[in-house]
Amino acid sequence: MSASMPGSVAPRRQGFWDWRAACNFIFGGAGAGTLVYAAVMSPPSAGPGLLGLALVCCGLLCVWFEIGRPWRALNVFRHARSSWMTREAIVSLPLLGVGLGAAWYGSRWLPWLTAALALAYVYSQARMLQGARGIPAWRHPRVVPLLIATGLAEGAGLGIVAQLLLDPATLPGWAALLLVGLMLIRELAFVAYLGSLGPAEAPTRARAVLVRFGRRLVGLDVAAIIAAAFGTIEPGQAWAVGLAGLVAAFAGGWFKFTLVTRAAYHQGLALSLTPVRGFGTTRPGARPGW
Amino acid sequence: MRKDPAVARYIMVVDLRRCIGCQTCTAACKQANGTPPGVQWRRVVDIETGTYPDVRRSFVPVSCMHCGDPPCMDVCPTRATFKRDDGLVGIDYELCIGCAYCAVACPYQQRFKVQRATFAYGGGPSPAEAAQFDPARLGVSTKCNFCSDRIDAARGTGRTPGIDPEVTPACVNSCISGALHFGDRDDPQSNVSQLLRENEFFRMHEELGTDPGTYYLVEGRP
Repeated sequence: MSASMPGSVAPRRQGFWDWRAACNFIFGGAGAGTLVYAAVMSPPSAGPGLLGLALVCCGLLCVWFEIGRPWRALNVFRHARSSWMTREAIVSLPLLGVGLGAAWYGSRWLPWLTAALALAYVYSQARMLQGARGIPAWRHPRVVPLLIATGLAEGAGLGIVAQLLLDPATLPGWAALLLVGLMLIRELAFVAYLGSLGPAEAPTRARAVLVRFGRRLVGLDVAAIIAAAFGTIEPGQAWAVGLAGLVAAFAGGWFKFTLVTRAAYHQGLALSLTPVRGFGTTRPGARPGW
Repeated sequence: MRKDPAVARYIMVVDLRRCIGCQTCTAACKQANGTPPGVQWRRVVDIETGTYPDVRRSFVPVSCMHCGDPPCMDVCPTRATFKRDDGLVGIDYELCIGCAYCAVACPYQQRFKVQRATFAYGGGPSPAEAAQFDPARLGVSTKCNFCSDRIDAARGTGRTPGIDPEVTPACVNSCISGALHFGDRDDPQSNVSQLLRENEFFRMHEELGTDPGTYYLVEGRP
């Protein structure tokens, strides 16, 4: 049975969360990943840490510009019992506080505490997206590991860039390997997510957007891996590792932008059964756009 | 004996066999609630199924489903979205920050948000629009509330929502084909309970676990 879709029955792309909301996920995830990277560095490096905090702040600022009643923003803290948006906001406070403390005091353990909070932050963001039951491409459980993986890959990429710019001597040789490993994990998480997003899980147009993006992600990741390998093998070519980091961060940001604004088709309306009209019997239902 | 509205579970029953897609309910809702252009707390969608020449056209009234497990309420970071004891899901406009998380969480696309005041005839409001304009609704999430002020007016008066027109949602009162019904699902003697007993029905996107409070009748039980 086919179904046409006059009016707006078929899934439409949501227009409530635009680039500003996407930037919260882009900057927040990358910032959290950068804070984790900063903790992994030994000795701790303040540059990536401060960059991570700045990114998290940028993300929160973007979402502040998105909300309809910005002067009531503190109400966001009122529903920790079930809202992942509240939980994200709550985690952001100690994250910023402890992160600044880590940068200021140069302590060895504060960066690890910051990293733990950063992981909680990016996890909250991922669960926030998964909690949007009206958007099939978001509510799939595999979106959670995917967003965490991409945040960590972006963070490693940006952390490497920050180190190269601020203090190239502190960049360890294994940083490129870490970046490549995280990009591969992200790629696997994306493939697993896309593979499980079958016709029953997401509208046709949402899947088409993600499939198209998947090809671009592979291309970008391959380019970044080649650059990272070149920068590691060739002496004096560390800039190539930085380029790989930038590409990894760009690819992650592009993915989140695509997921939040382009692949975000609503559930759409559907009939479980087609009603009797005048005579005859009920017929199978219709789910236009799926 | 009539039940106290406070312990009811109010639902909407839509008889899809009767709806003719006239949009009178849509207009009545707009008139009763003063929603701005582009915002339709209730509307009737037209779904065509089948392949020529064997096609069938269904008119499906949709609005907030007043879910028993509303996804919009779970995600709301401010607790502006709440569920009453009688099953009605409402929004406290004074708490809402307009983050629209509820709008992306609703599988029925029944949340609306407008940032600026707009009117049907250009710049300024018509007298009717001016009388109904509520600045508290700008920049926040809005949706159908099953005309909760009317339901509340039934309390202690002996009148029954869904039966007495003055305490019944405007869309139900306006329906010219008798497709819309409102009442208390928990009262076995209510109009809606009787309809559900006597007819085959479904609830939209029930598989998502929302426990929607709108039932669509498709066929009489044999």
